[in-house]
Amino acid sequence: MSESVNNREPLLDISGLEVHFETRRGIARAVNEVDLTLYKGERFGLVGESGSGKTTMILALLRMIKTPGFIAGGKAVFDDGTDLLALNAEQVRQTRLKRVAMVPQGAMNSLNPVIRIGEQMMLTMREHGEEGERDELMARVVGLLEKVGLKPEAASLYPHELSGGMKQRACIAQAICLNPQLILADEPTSALDVVVQRQIMQTLRQLQIGLDATVLLVGHDMGLMAQFAERVGIMYGGKLVEVGTVSDIFRNPQHPYTQLLISSIPSFETRGDFKGIPGVALSLLDPPSGCLFHPRCPKATDACAQREPTLKEVSPGQWASCLLHEEEHDATAS
Amino acid sequence: MNWNYIVRRVALFLVVVWAAASVNFFVPRLGTGRDPIREKLGQLAASGGLRQDGIEAMVKAYQAKFGLDKPLYVQYLNFLGDTFTLDLGYSLANYPARVGQMIGNAIPWTIGLMVVSVLIGFALGTLIGALSAWPNAPPWVRSLAVPFMTLSAIPPYLLGLIVLYILGLKMQWFPLSGGYSPGMLAIASVDFYLDVLHHSILPALAIVLQAVGFWALGMRGMMVTTSGEDYVTLAEANGLRNRTIFFRYGLRNAMLPQFTALGLSLANVVAGQVIVEVIFAYPGIGTVLFQAIQSSDYTVINGVVLILIMSIGLVTMLMDFLYPLLDPRISHSRQN
Repeated sequence: MSESVNNREPLLDISGLEVHFETRRGIARAVNEVDLTLYKGERFGLVGESGSGKTTMILALLRMIKTPGFIAGGKAVFDDGTDLLALNAEQVRQTRLKRVAMVPQGAMNSLNPVIRIGEQMMLTMREHGEEGERDELMARVVGLLEKVGLKPEAASLYPHELSGGMKQRACIAQAICLNPQLILADEPTSALDVVVQRQIMQTLRQLQIGLDATVLLVGHDMGLMAQFAERVGIMYGGKLVEVGTVSDIFRNPQHPYTQLLISSIPSFETRGDFKGIPGVALSLLDPPSGCLFHPRCPKATDACAQREPTLKEVSPGQWASCLLHEEEHDATAS
Repeated sequence: MNWNYIVRRVALFLVVVWAAASVNFFVPRLGTGRDPIREKLGQLAASGGLRQDGIEAMVKAYQAKFGLDKPLYVQYLNFLGDTFTLDLGYSLANYPARVGQMIGNAIPWTIGLMVVSVLIGFALGTLIGALSAWPNAPPWVRSLAVPFMTLSAIPPYLLGLIVLYILGLKMQWFPLSGGYSPGMLAIASVDFYLDVLHHSILPALAIVLQAVGFWALGMRGMMVTTSGEDYVTLAEANGLRNRTIFFRYGLRNAMLPQFTALGLSLANVVAGQVIVEVIFAYPGIGTVLFQAIQSSDYTVINGVVLILIMSIGLVTMLMDFLYPLLDPRISHSRQN
C-alpha cells in the first residue's frame, strides 16, 4: 500500500479482508474490504468504536472467527509468501504463537487456573514441537519470565496467586516464547489501572524492540495509542477509514471521523465542553448507502450518500477514505 | 494442608457418625411397637407346633441376652460403645448370625458391582457430556447425549426390568438373577470369576445406562461455561492442539464439580441401588437391607445404615482432603 515512513520492509500484506456474520436478518459485514500493510518491527495501533471490527480483524488474522462468522474474502500474505487465510487447520495451529501471537484482553482469566505458570508455558512450547529436557525448558521459561519483569519463582505459582498485572506479564511471556514476528494485542491493559497499564505497555515495547517484532495494538484509548504506536489506523463500521503516522493522525487528521475523534480527547491546555461525535454507530445489518459515516458527518454532501469512497493517499504516508479527498468529489462540489 | 486441619476434619467425621448413630438408634424405637423377638418366636411356634406356653419366658430370656430389658439410656450407651468398636451385634431375624458378618459377606458384591458401574457411568457420562458441549467434537458424538439423557429419566429399577426382559428372558444372553450360578464353588478360579462377571453385566448395565445421562447433563453445562472461558480462547490462539485444549483446559476445569458429585454418589452406592440388587437377587448390601426391613431386623438395619453413613462421611472427608490437589485455588491452610 504505502511506503513506510521509516523505510521498513513489509511483514504482512492484508488486502480485501472481509469478515461476515450470518444473522437471521441478513449478513453483517464486520470487516469490510480492509487493506493494510504492516511493516517489520513497527508498532501499529488500530482504533475504533465498539463494533467497528478491530477485534474481529485480529481474530481473522488468527483464523479464530467462529460461526456464524466467516472470512468471506481477502488475503493476508507474509513476506515469505504465506497467505494466512489460505492455510489448513494444522498449518494455522502451527502458525499461531510461532509467527502470530496474541496478548489477550482479559488477562485476569486467560491462564488455566489448575496448572502452574511454568508448566503452562512448557506445555505450550511442547505443543509446538519444542523438544528438550524439563530443566532446559524450565530455564527458558524462567528467562522469559525475567524478560517481562517477573521473578523466577512465578513459574511455580498458580494463576490465582498472581496479581492482574503479573498475570498479564505472564501472558506476554507466553506470547513471546517462540519469538513471533507479529504480536496481536487486543486492549491488553483495559482491565488494569493506569500505573500498571503504563508499566505493561513499556514492557511490551521493550520486548517488541528486542525481538524486532511487529505489534498490532487494538484499543480505543487514544492516549495509549499516541504513546505506544508509531502508525495508527482508524476503523469505522468495519472499514479502515484512515491510516497514518501518529503525528499525522493527531496533528492533521484528514477523515472527518478522525477529526471528531481527535477533538473529543479532553485537553489539559484548553478548557471547554466535552465534544462527542453526534449520532449513533451504524447498524452493520442495515448500513447506510455511500460512505458509511455520512449520516453522522458534519461535512457530508449529497454525493456522500451515493458514492463509496476508497482509501486514497492524501499526503505521503497518510491515507484517508473520504470523498472530500477525491477529485471527482471536488469537481461536483465546486 | 496442615495437621491442624486434618485433626479437625477427622473430629468432624466422628461427630457426624455419632449424630447419625444416635438418630439411627432412636428412630426405629419410635416405630410401631412391634417386637421382633416376639414375632420371630411366634412364627417359629406357629410353624413348629401348637404349644404357645413358655414363649413369654423365652422372650424375656432373649431380651436379657440382647440387652433389651435394660433402660433406654443404658441401651443407648451400650450401642454407642459397640458402634465405635464396630461391633454391630447379632441379627435379630437370623440369630445367631452376626450383623458384621452378614454385611462383610455382602459388601464385596456391592462394591464390586456398584462401584465399578458407578465409575463406568461417571467416566462415560463425563466424556459424553464434555464432548456434547465441545464445538470441535464430531456431530455424531455430540448427539449421543440425547438418548442417554432420555435413559436417565427412567429409574434404574425399571431399566433393570427392561434389560432383564430383553437380554435375560427373550435373548437369554445373561442369567436372570444371583451373583453366581447355584452350585458354583465360591473359590478363586477363572471359571468362577467369569461366572460372576456374566451375572454382573445386566445389573451393571441398568445402573450405567441410567447414570450416564445424569453425569452427561451436569458435565455438559459445566463444559459450555468452561469452553467460553478466556483461558480456552487463549489456548486456541496459542496454537495448542485441540485434544490438549479439550482435556487439559476444558475437561480438567469443567470436571471439578463432578468430583464432588462422584464422591457423594460413590458413598451412596450402598443404599442408592437397593432395588436394583433386589430385582437381580444380587447378594449385596441392598438385598441384605431389603430383607432386614421386611423382617424388622433392627440390628441389621442399624448396621447397614451405619455403614452407609460411615461411607458417606468417609468419602466426603476424603474428597475434602483431595480437593486441594484437584483445584489449587482451594486451600485448607488458614493463612489464605
